Amino acid sequence: MTYGATSARVRFGDRTALDDVTVRLAPGSVTAVVGGDGAGKTTLMRALVREVALDAGTVDTPDKAGLGYLPASSGSWAALTVTQNVDFAAGIFGLAGEPLAARRDELLAAAGLTAAAGRLASQLSGGMRRKLGFCMAMVHRPSLLVLDEPSTGVDPVSRIDLWRLISEAAAGGAAVVMSTTYLDEAERAGHLLVLDGGRALLQGTYDEVRAGFVGTITRDPSAVRPEWSWRRGRERREYWPASDQPADRTVVDPDLEDLVVALSLAATNRDGAAA
Amino acid sequence: MTTTLLRASSVSRRFGDVVAVDDVSMHVQAGEVVGLLGANGAGKTTLIRMLLGLLGTSAGTVEVLGGPPDRTRRRRLGYVPQNLGLYRDLTLDENLTFVAGAYGAAKPSVPAELRPYTEVLVGDLPLGAARRVAFVAALCHAPEVLLLDEPTSGVDALSRTRLWDTIRDRSEAGVGVLVTTHYMQEAEQCDRLLLMSNGALVAEGSERDIIADTTAIAVHTDDWARTFAALNAAGAPVVLDGRAVRVADGDPGRLERILATQGIAARLEPVPATIEERMLVLARADPDAAA
Repeated sequence: MTYGATSARVRFGDRTALDDVTVRLAPGSVTAVVGGDGAGKTTLMRALVREVALDAGTVDTPDKAGLGYLPASSGSWAALTVTQNVDFAAGIFGLAGEPLAARRDELLAAAGLTAAAGRLASQLSGGMRRKLGFCMAMVHRPSLLVLDEPSTGVDPVSRIDLWRLISEAAAGGAAVVMSTTYLDEAERAGHLLVLDGGRALLQGTYDEVRAGFVGTITRDPSAVRPEWSWRRGRERREYWPASDQPADRTVVDPDLEDLVVALSLAATNRDGAAA
Repeated sequence: MTTTLLRASSVSRRFGDVVAVDDVSMHVQAGEVVGLLGANGAGKTTLIRMLLGLLGTSAGTVEVLGGPPDRTRRRRLGYVPQNLGLYRDLTLDENLTFVAGAYGAAKPSVPAELRPYTEVLVGDLPLGAARRVAFVAALCHAPEVLLLDEPTSGVDALSRTRLWDTIRDRSEAGVGVLVTTHYMQEAEQCDRLLLMSNGALVAEGSERDIIADTTAIAVHTDDWARTFAALNAAGAPVVLDGRAVRVADGDPGRLERILATQGIAARLEPVPATIEERMLVLARADPDAAA
């Protein structure tokens, strides 16, 4: 069964945090939700786990027993040990005794946390703490796993571990949705939803997103229209929505980073023009 | 003539039995943006704290602007820590007044995109805006060297390029910049990279120099889930990569045999590693560092 949200809208006071967002989350797939602070990522995650109510639209997700959730905060209790944290989360779902011990051992081994089982969560590194939160979200084998920025602030080696755990959940048949600010992760996920100011800017696989992109991106030492340009290293990229770039510009085959920045810029410039 | 603004010569730092930084020599020149990479525990923060003069060395010497990092020289440095170093319960405007006062500098003008927030508490600002404020604060006394600890963590792609505009604008004016990061997208903004692992400097140069001949293995298959499960069960550092899977470190022959015994059809292709994969290989080669 495919989960997701349809035309979801969430308002906080007079601010629209999520505006007409539709996303499908298929079993055995990973969907990355990309955007900066304020884009609506956390609101979408919280709507999917029914922590915030929609003002319009619907969410289609399993009941509590089928939902696993790693919040943007640490997702574990600082004053409990690694084992106590996992056991506490398991207890909520009625997991106890031998099945709990087996599941805990399996999860901690996969996350590389076995040696740290007796340590307080407050004494873990940032990466270990996120992996612990992941184990807690996964303890009851949910069919939908919602991860809010699992990798922000996580060091590179732990990041690969975390990706292996996420892949493992999807390979086991769970639908996984995770938010991230990093586009290399989004490319790895396979399915992508880019949010900007609460709206879906882009959606689909990388190939679909690339195929749907209109316009040209160029790279040169300086830009012709600074407001349509951004920096990458010592050069400037520039977006030409109508592909009307001058002949002296160097056209590039854009990567996801280019596509997202170009469309964010277009959205900003459009809003600016409308204001 | 290029001026060396920061220099560490054979610097080590021990904490009890732990060698946090092990015989590191590095430098940052005027107008240069140098990226410092490494996993947690690699020694990046300890090195930066020694360069800032906040921590003494156990061996070797640190030079900042041509001499030891004393108070006079430290005044000429700008530092943006990872947690931004702003007062969350003061407004944007009050933070800038305070920082400018502390350095005896004129209060900086607030960039146009931050003006709507001048009376907002820094603790209530969106992260992207708070990072901009930290930059404005760190730059108010016109520092000659900038040290930035993961300056764009948690920021969206467009805001990230704008922060890099600020960094590049300063480096073009002759400021030397040292940036810690572990993301490819930041690394490509740097002129030169330094890679630390387990306290030592293990590679230096461009992204290509850092990755050197380290390869990862892309596994093309129609059934990524089964392929993943088989390789994962065999202990390979395997992750999903779009509709394929990718193994960070491993012997292709061994991986092929694992898949063959399970009857999984797949094509293995060596591909250049990412910076993260390079770090994983280093960490696995040194079991002490993997803890």
